[in-house]
Amino acid sequence: MQKTTGGSGAEAPAKFVEMDAVALRYGGREGTLALDGTTLGVARGEFAAVVGPSGCGKSSLMKLVTGLLPCTGGSIRVAGAEVDGPLKIVGMAFQNPTLLPWRNTLLNTMLPLEIVRPHRHRLRQFKDKYVAQAKELLAAVGLAGFEDMQPWMLSGGMQQRASLCRALIHNPQLLMLDEPFGALDAFTREELWGVLQKLWLDRKFTCVLVTHDLREAAYLADVIFVMSARPGRIVATHRVALPRPRTVESTFEKSFIDLVHAIRTEISRVRDEAGLAARAQAV
Amino acid sequence: MTPRNWRRLNVAMPWLVITGLLIVWQAVVDIFGIAAFVLPAPTAVWAAFLEYRDAILHNAMFTLKNTMFGFALGIVVGVILGVLIGSFRLVYSGLYPLLIGVNSVPKAAVVPILVLWLGIGTAPAVATAFLLCFFPIAVNVATGLATVEPELEDVLRSLGASKLDILRKVGLPRSMPYFFASLKVAITLAFVGTVISETLASNDGIGYLMLQASSQFRVPLMFAGLAVIAIMGIATYVVFAVLEARLTSWATRRQDAPLVGSG
Repeated sequence: MQKTTGGSGAEAPAKFVEMDAVALRYGGREGTLALDGTTLGVARGEFAAVVGPSGCGKSSLMKLVTGLLPCTGGSIRVAGAEVDGPLKIVGMAFQNPTLLPWRNTLLNTMLPLEIVRPHRHRLRQFKDKYVAQAKELLAAVGLAGFEDMQPWMLSGGMQQRASLCRALIHNPQLLMLDEPFGALDAFTREELWGVLQKLWLDRKFTCVLVTHDLREAAYLADVIFVMSARPGRIVATHRVALPRPRTVESTFEKSFIDLVHAIRTEISRVRDEAGLAARAQAV
Repeated sequence: MTPRNWRRLNVAMPWLVITGLLIVWQAVVDIFGIAAFVLPAPTAVWAAFLEYRDAILHNAMFTLKNTMFGFALGIVVGVILGVLIGSFRLVYSGLYPLLIGVNSVPKAAVVPILVLWLGIGTAPAVATAFLLCFFPIAVNVATGLATVEPELEDVLRSLGASKLDILRKVGLPRSMPYFFASLKVAITLAFVGTVISETLASNDGIGYLMLQASSQFRVPLMFAGLAVIAIMGIATYVVFAVLEARLTSWATRRQDAPLVGSG
């Protein structure tokens, strides 16, 4: 068992993702401080959401946890091990689906299998098995029958579904999502919340979702971390006790609306404080 | 106009334009009585071509061979340089200014040096063709690599992909359209390089033939040489255009292809 080094919202058992007083400064000593004293913990199999005003370093947080960017202070541990380079087993999806235009949907989905060990060495031998696995996953997000389509033939929502499949095909223990539904229309977005929730309920991977959509966070997450404006810190942690599976109907219940309202108020406050601080500095 | 007729016209357009140009050319020469040593009529050029057919074809083959050698060399070096420049920041900052410098030197001025080093004939022609054509290839391949979305790179790196994996799975396929676009520029530049070198230092090739024809005031023969270079240029261009359409069809999505589904 790893020793937990405290942190807001931390409970007794070791967390799968632990950030302890993490700081990040871009561009050397005098550079911009993007994160400062960020402390949070996400348990194994938990769905966490990080919300905050724009420019609060939410996306930096993603890069830090996955080891794509080294932190300049504090420590980050994933699965009990210190993060000191890119993690090798994470699934990621972004606002931009970034599907490869020269591959069809099926081959796009299977891209991680060509990279991740041990799959990359087994892919040729067990091709049929892997293809079946990919088709099953595509079917689970409603893309059955679209395997041979090129990405540009798919709508934005369908591309994002394929991007989710690509992030999950190798059964990662950790899924990192950065505004995955940010560019979609409201109806498609709500539909994809359901798709993602179903995938998570079936597979129970640990998930960190970065979003500015508070309803999205409340719909999907077990725990919501609210970040302050730059430099980002965690200013509040909310446990979402709403029963699952949640539906679009759940979002009209009073407990849901109250939660979203409370977080909205906190974010307004940190934005106002940031605005005042900036003005004070200017004077 | 029906779509089918439109497509036929589209295919016929280049031929119509060339035919029209030749007719106007012939008419102008005939009407104004322009002397053949100033501007020979197309019929005179054709006659010269038939008369000197063997010499023209022999020299054209020589030029084509040199051009293709230089071009092949240009592709190899251009792709390697492009990959290095596009992949490593330090190589980029180190080599780019040098490459710009090398590229701005007029290649005609380099030929005498090449002759000094390599003698005359094939070697300097290949070298000049290479010098002219590797640069656009290197720049375009590097540009293609630089357009890989950073998010996609993050996705792959967080799967444990090496730099080589990213290059193979994403970088090189992504730069293919840029590569083929550069080939179409590079092949014409390679012809320019070969002919410059042949004009200055060779006893074979279309460039040499034209120089000879010029010194003897055989203007129709000069124009026949020009026409042969132009035709070889177009032919090789078409080859690469067809290859491009085959290999990178994904980059030129068709407007009439179906879009499917929603949500």
